[in-house]
Amino acid sequence: MTKQSKLFYFIPYSLWLIFFVAAPLLLIFYQSFFTVEGLFTLANYQTYFQSGTYLKMTLNSVWYAFLITILTLFISYPTAYLLNKTKHKQLWLLLIILPTWINLLLKAYAFIGIFSINGSVNDFLMFIGIGRQQILFTDISFLLVATYIEIPFMILPIFNALEELNPSYEQASRDLGANNIETFRRVTFPLTLNGVKSGVQAVFIPSLSLFMLTRLIGGNRVITLGTAIEQHFLVTQDWGMGSTIGVVLIVAMLIIMLLTGEKKKKERRHK
Amino acid sequence: MKKKQLKWSNVYLIAVFIILYAPIFYLIFYSFNAGGTMTRFEGFTWDNYLAVFEDTRLITIVLNTLLIALLSSLVASTIGTFGALAIYYTKKRQTRTTLLSLNNILMVSPDVIIGASFLILFTFIGFSLGFASVLLSHIAFSIPIVVLMVLPKLKEMNDTMIMAARDLGANNWQVLSKVILPSITPGILAGFFMAFTYSLDDFAVTFFVTGNGFTTLAVEIYSRARQGVSLEINALSALMFLFSLLLVVGYYFIQQYNLSKKQKTKKRLLAEAVKIR
Repeated sequence: MTKQSKLFYFIPYSLWLIFFVAAPLLLIFYQSFFTVEGLFTLANYQTYFQSGTYLKMTLNSVWYAFLITILTLFISYPTAYLLNKTKHKQLWLLLIILPTWINLLLKAYAFIGIFSINGSVNDFLMFIGIGRQQILFTDISFLLVATYIEIPFMILPIFNALEELNPSYEQASRDLGANNIETFRRVTFPLTLNGVKSGVQAVFIPSLSLFMLTRLIGGNRVITLGTAIEQHFLVTQDWGMGSTIGVVLIVAMLIIMLLTGEKKKKERRHK
Repeated sequence: MKKKQLKWSNVYLIAVFIILYAPIFYLIFYSFNAGGTMTRFEGFTWDNYLAVFEDTRLITIVLNTLLIALLSSLVASTIGTFGALAIYYTKKRQTRTTLLSLNNILMVSPDVIIGASFLILFTFIGFSLGFASVLLSHIAFSIPIVVLMVLPKLKEMNDTMIMAARDLGANNWQVLSKVILPSITPGILAGFFMAFTYSLDDFAVTFFVTGNGFTTLAVEIYSRARQGVSLEINALSALMFLFSLLLVVGYYFIQQYNLSKKQKTKKRLLAEAVKIR
């Protein structure tokens, strides 16, 4: 290949790399050192680390993301495991993925109806004798809806890992006298850990930043890092503080990626 | 024992499927409700659908969203394919891995970060917010997925084909259009489809860079949903569900077509091999 044509391929792509990958990241760091008045300062970081509210908010956000990830994992692993054992598994997998093609906001919107005081869930609670409860605009509703939205993104990588797993390992383990539970604990699960890791990565990071759900479903009771960033950028217009929280979110993301092993390409993501 | 176990597993799977689909069908079900709420069904009607088609503002927004999706995925597939070629032709291993990690940054960052940083970027260079900023952002976050879809196809491609084409006197353009592009078309198409759905789905990034005058469907739904339930949105979601189904079917057929083409060539090769013998 001649140098010229190589350059020709490179130009549009490197322009993109410079303007939409490098520049925005640098700018968000740069902006985090400025106050609303445009003064260069470290005050934003100082406020972040010294006032308890921001730290508490961050911990809270991490805690909720953790709960969402755990809940999703507990539902998704068995699903992926059983899915892998069905006939026509590719078709079933397609059906699992299909709901992710529906706009996230529409799914959140559906839950406004389902969880409302006269909605189906409350009708059911009434029916079994518990009586109507306030579900919408509580922490629980945020947890449930976020879990619902993230489930397919956890199932997909785990399913792929299970599918790649050579079934003869499981057979060998049985032949050597391990029962079902032992086989799962010592063979299947450790060998599909990579799938679990990329699933955790695909769920945890977005869970830190789901700001529309905290607004529509959580009724602003849960403040995630994403909500805080959106608030600072679009409502109070304090871009410096918003960028500072953004930097914290980026650091959190890097930590998660380090913890969950090598960078793997993320599966389809609503982001 | 074994049979019973199998049955329980089916119950579990069915339960998960019901949970996944219930909210979607709930929305669609109430789109036919004559009453104004999403809780009590008062009678069947098409009124909500009529309201969608009479709402010119909503229709404009839908058309805008589709236009953004189409344009952004077209441009993103072009630049993404160039990017994949550039990475493929990079001989140094170190540079190649660096390029790939840079490529993946936008894939793993949360959208709030992408949205906020793009907002800073546009403001910094004095670019006004609106259609163009939304389009540019959508192009930007769709490029990496196209690269990731095209690269494996390039790696699968047989290098000797390019050398053979060169030996036979093909110039750069001919090599690209007659040898390389035909063998990576499935990857480009897959990337195009992914970029298209990314763009249709996106809410957070658009929300940050959209400014005042311009809205896409997701942003519009957000602002309407904050005001409460309106069954027009239900009707719209039913229509969008049908549209996504069509997209999935289309994507599925493209994959099938690629597969059958591959199988055909395999068969032909086999037949030729037999003939030679």
